[in-house]
Amino acid sequence: MIRNIPLAAMVGLVFTGFYFAMAILAPWIAPYGMAEIVGDVWEPSSPEHWLGTDNIGRDLLTRMIYGGRTTIFIATVATLISFCTGAIFGFWAAVAGGWVDQLFSRFVDLVMSIPSLILALVILSVMPVTVPVLVLVMGFLDSTRVFRLSRAVAVDITVMDYVEAAKLRGEGYRWVIFREILPNALSPLVAEMGLRFIFMVLFISTLSFLGLGIQPPEADWGGIVKENADGINYGIGAALYPAVAIATLAISVNLVADWVLTRTTSLKGGR
Amino acid sequence: MQTTKNPLLQVRDLKIGATITPPGGRPQDIEIVHGVSFDLQKGRVLGLIGESGAGKSTIGLSAMAYGRGGVKITGGQVWVNGRDILQTSGSDLRALRGGEVTYVSQSAAASFNPAKKIMDQVVEAAVRQGKFTRSAAEKRAVELFEKLGLPDPQNIGNRYPHQVSGGQLQRCMTALALCPEPDLVVFDEPTTALDVTTQIDVLMAIKEAIRDTGVAAIYITHDLAVVAQVSDDIMVLKMGDMVEYGTTEQIITAPREDYTKALVSVRSIDHQEKPAEGTPLLRVEGISARYKGTNFDVLKNVNVELRPGQTLAVVGESGSGKSTLARVITGLLPARQGRLSFDGRVLSPDLPARSREDLRELQMIYQMADVAMNPRQTVGTIIGRPLEFYFGMKGDEKRRRIKELLEEIEMGDGFIDRYPAELSGGQKQRVCIARALAAKPKLIICDEVTSALDPLVADGILKLLLNLQKVEDVAYLFITHDLATVRAIADSIAVMYKGEVVRYGTKSDVLAPPFDDYTDLLLSSVPEMRMGWLEDVIANRKMESAGH
Amino acid sequence: MSPVLKLIAQRVALGLLLLFMVSVLIFIGTLILPGDVAQSILGQSATPEALANLRRDLGLNDPPVQRYFAWLGGVLQGDLGTALTSGQDIASVMWARLENTLFLAFWAAVISVPLAIFLGLLAVRYRDRWPDKLISGVTLASISVPEFLIAYVLMFFIGVKLRWLNPTAIGFRPDADVLSKLEAIALPVAVLTLVVLAHMMRMTRAAILNVMQSAYIETAELKGLSLFSVIWRHAFPNSIAPVVNVVMLNLAYLVVGVVVIEVVFVYPGMGQYLVDHVSKRDVPVVQACGLIFAAVYIGLNLIADIVSIVSNPRLRHPK
Repeated sequence: MIRNIPLAAMVGLVFTGFYFAMAILAPWIAPYGMAEIVGDVWEPSSPEHWLGTDNIGRDLLTRMIYGGRTTIFIATVATLISFCTGAIFGFWAAVAGGWVDQLFSRFVDLVMSIPSLILALVILSVMPVTVPVLVLVMGFLDSTRVFRLSRAVAVDITVMDYVEAAKLRGEGYRWVIFREILPNALSPLVAEMGLRFIFMVLFISTLSFLGLGIQPPEADWGGIVKENADGINYGIGAALYPAVAIATLAISVNLVADWVLTRTTSLKGGR
Repeated sequence: MQTTKNPLLQVRDLKIGATITPPGGRPQDIEIVHGVSFDLQKGRVLGLIGESGAGKSTIGLSAMAYGRGGVKITGGQVWVNGRDILQTSGSDLRALRGGEVTYVSQSAAASFNPAKKIMDQVVEAAVRQGKFTRSAAEKRAVELFEKLGLPDPQNIGNRYPHQVSGGQLQRCMTALALCPEPDLVVFDEPTTALDVTTQIDVLMAIKEAIRDTGVAAIYITHDLAVVAQVSDDIMVLKMGDMVEYGTTEQIITAPREDYTKALVSVRSIDHQEKPAEGTPLLRVEGISARYKGTNFDVLKNVNVELRPGQTLAVVGESGSGKSTLARVITGLLPARQGRLSFDGRVLSPDLPARSREDLRELQMIYQMADVAMNPRQTVGTIIGRPLEFYFGMKGDEKRRRIKELLEEIEMGDGFIDRYPAELSGGQKQRVCIARALAAKPKLIICDEVTSALDPLVADGILKLLLNLQKVEDVAYLFITHDLATVRAIADSIAVMYKGEVVRYGTKSDVLAPPFDDYTDLLLSSVPEMRMGWLEDVIANRKMESAGH
Repeated sequence: MSPVLKLIAQRVALGLLLLFMVSVLIFIGTLILPGDVAQSILGQSATPEALANLRRDLGLNDPPVQRYFAWLGGVLQGDLGTALTSGQDIASVMWARLENTLFLAFWAAVISVPLAIFLGLLAVRYRDRWPDKLISGVTLASISVPEFLIAYVLMFFIGVKLRWLNPTAIGFRPDADVLSKLEAIALPVAVLTLVVLAHMMRMTRAAILNVMQSAYIETAELKGLSLFSVIWRHAFPNSIAPVVNVVMLNLAYLVVGVVVIEVVFVYPGMGQYLVDHVSKRDVPVVQACGLIFAAVYIGLNLIADIVSIVSNPRLRHPK
């Protein structure tokens, strides 16, 4: 099984696994406490502090590990919300058609006619900025994209002759959705899930960077950039570590999603 | 290469390869034409014939040193007017393409640039190649439009491609190919996408244009009866190899190879019509139907009957309403007026209101077998589901019955765990037939079930359907545009035109004169496997075809 | 009326309707607060008098529908209200800011659009060879990193370490001459260009490839036309609509990118204005900015639709 995984996907899997493991095991592997001040401001890297210290003298590696935990956790939950909401309503609209479809689709058009960052800012200007609020806002705003995709995929499948054949046989909704439509919709949806996750990582990082996401002293990758941004002007690159982390995580998830897409479509039963 | 005469085109040991990427796999190089040789003299017409995958289009395009997609010419020589064009490049090659050799494709609608006027595109090659001035080329184009029987030849060039009909556009494409006064034209299935009554006019136009301009041509098609009308010689191809090469007369009347014999005798299944007796199984009475959001009837007062164990063929061209009739009978499109009765009981017009027994006894087979089967289900699941659904079969009993059904459709039980993607076109259609049979139906609606298949494969399916009818005593409602298929399988026939049944009766009655105008046109448009048929038909025409 | 004009009129009307609905949505978006807006603006320590005053100023005592129409009426007359935190007239501050933002976005577009189309064509020309692969690799990398990080990386290396360009846009003065303004925004423009370039390049490549695979391109090749003629005479007329679509979509994307980039480079534009006032919970400013951003976004999409209507030969030359 493992031998059949192409190199790119293997690299992706290893890195993705590494980041998720780090997120789960953060309290046990972080060398210091998350908000513990252990040194001077912006110390360079040393055997005690591999990545140096941050703007108020906390260990940067510790901050990165805890920050990854927050970022990955929020992105995962928001992706799940986005996915479940979007896919359920998307399939519903496709199978029901008629006014249900019209209602959902026009509403989604409306929400998507405002850039999601702008709409998120508008909503966050009146909402308390807490983790549940962030996750819900991100999840629901993003579910519009999942809705469009799953509706489009499902509509493509419902017009297939084999679905018509099932209806002519007298099959009920359950068989049609779960046995005819879903197996054929799965691979584009799973690949999309990877992309949505990356988008969520970028989204929460951006919000935190703007000061409207995770609030200090909690750490997350966007927040670390914000805290250490001033260092850039003095030639201190502490704010750039999250760039490396976010980019490697995003690229590796992308590689995995690509592989899932080709693997499932190349199955013997693939289209 | 030395020959006694100097042929226009000499092809020697032509080998063509392609790079294909199987889903999920690495790109592979395969050979699709394995060394073909032939000569073509000035002013002669060579027909290339074969089923899909025979390599005929690829060979045709090699006369322009052109490979489509991942196709590459890997070996051999192609001589045009005394030079090997595979060794030319740059401006020499460009002077060949569009100057000496031109091309007519299957789909003129896709091959014309939608953003430019027809005239600009017709004269482009002639002007760019420096063969004519713009005004001389336009004059020539108008002459060609006239010769090809296009309406309003003076002005049709000012229109855009979407403003003329499919048959007219195919003629414009022929004008485009002839305008630069080429030595050779490659016709690649130029009439395949057209309705049968339109095909005949375009075919005649092409034939006369070839004769009058004295151009040589390669005519590519899968239909031997069509190629017999236009070509002097015929080459039969199969899987990239030449099977037989001879004059048209020899190939049609005295084929030597078994494969050619099979092609010549295709569509000659002999079916004895059954007498029209017994109470009808299906009664369609005064049915009218229209699609949602439209305000005209696509079916107008249709009345037909079908007896148990017999076949009713519904014939018509695209837009005749024949497929709509199938949708009305299955309940997918409830009729606006009229009544359906089945096996002595009234059939609800709406699918959800029908009983499971009604659904089981009335099955359907589709034109495109690959989209009629869920690609994620095995053959066993596909055939087994109706057994489970209608008869509650499970486990070994179900598996045994699936194997029986696979035997009936002449496929072994080794196919039971295969996915549709692993089957050939003919096998897919057989599995669809088995799925319909599994329900033990009294009636199967067959919607153009053979029209996406190669002729020999289609023949196999028709023979299977006829055998099954004897064994299972099932009735067929057979929808098709192909009269040869109708002759092969029908007991009674309904001819449809613009939503109405214009002729209806037993096969012998419908196919015997005197004919109404439309049936005459339709019947006479079916190409016959003999030389000179085209001229006879054109001379005896009663009704102008829809192509005008 | 010709079908083209009719379709355009329909499309414009739809755009206006959408904008109206968006204004409703933005207004509702600021109403969904659980509890009291005034309380959350002033915080827990606010005195009851201050709360009451703020409620009156915000019109919170009126029903929402009435408040909405009062707000919309003001917007239609160019009155965007006053900022809660500074008491300034929002419209006068915002127009100056909008001008700065458009200046930044304009130069980013001027550089990125031709570059993206050129690189997209290059990728098509050398499809599946190294230039194409390089371009798709860079694309993957750049869509995997948020805008603000690209900004800091460039700022760190080009601005601070190499000192080629100003690391921030603090030196930007709206009344200075164009050259010194351009000098001040060189780095933000470079970042914005990078941000949209990848997407635009990839989408241009896909759009042109789609056209190049049409049967009529094969017809043109078989006429013996040179590659240049094939592209110029046959591919180009059919590529305008898809490419304009790509460009508009990416300019819309640029509008969002601007928000973050302005914060990074401390540039006095709309984006920074919006973000500042979101943290201060200055609802009228946020509503006004949100509406303007949405209007620009909808407007760009509208232009893309109109171009594809106008360039469609089937609509321009009906049967």
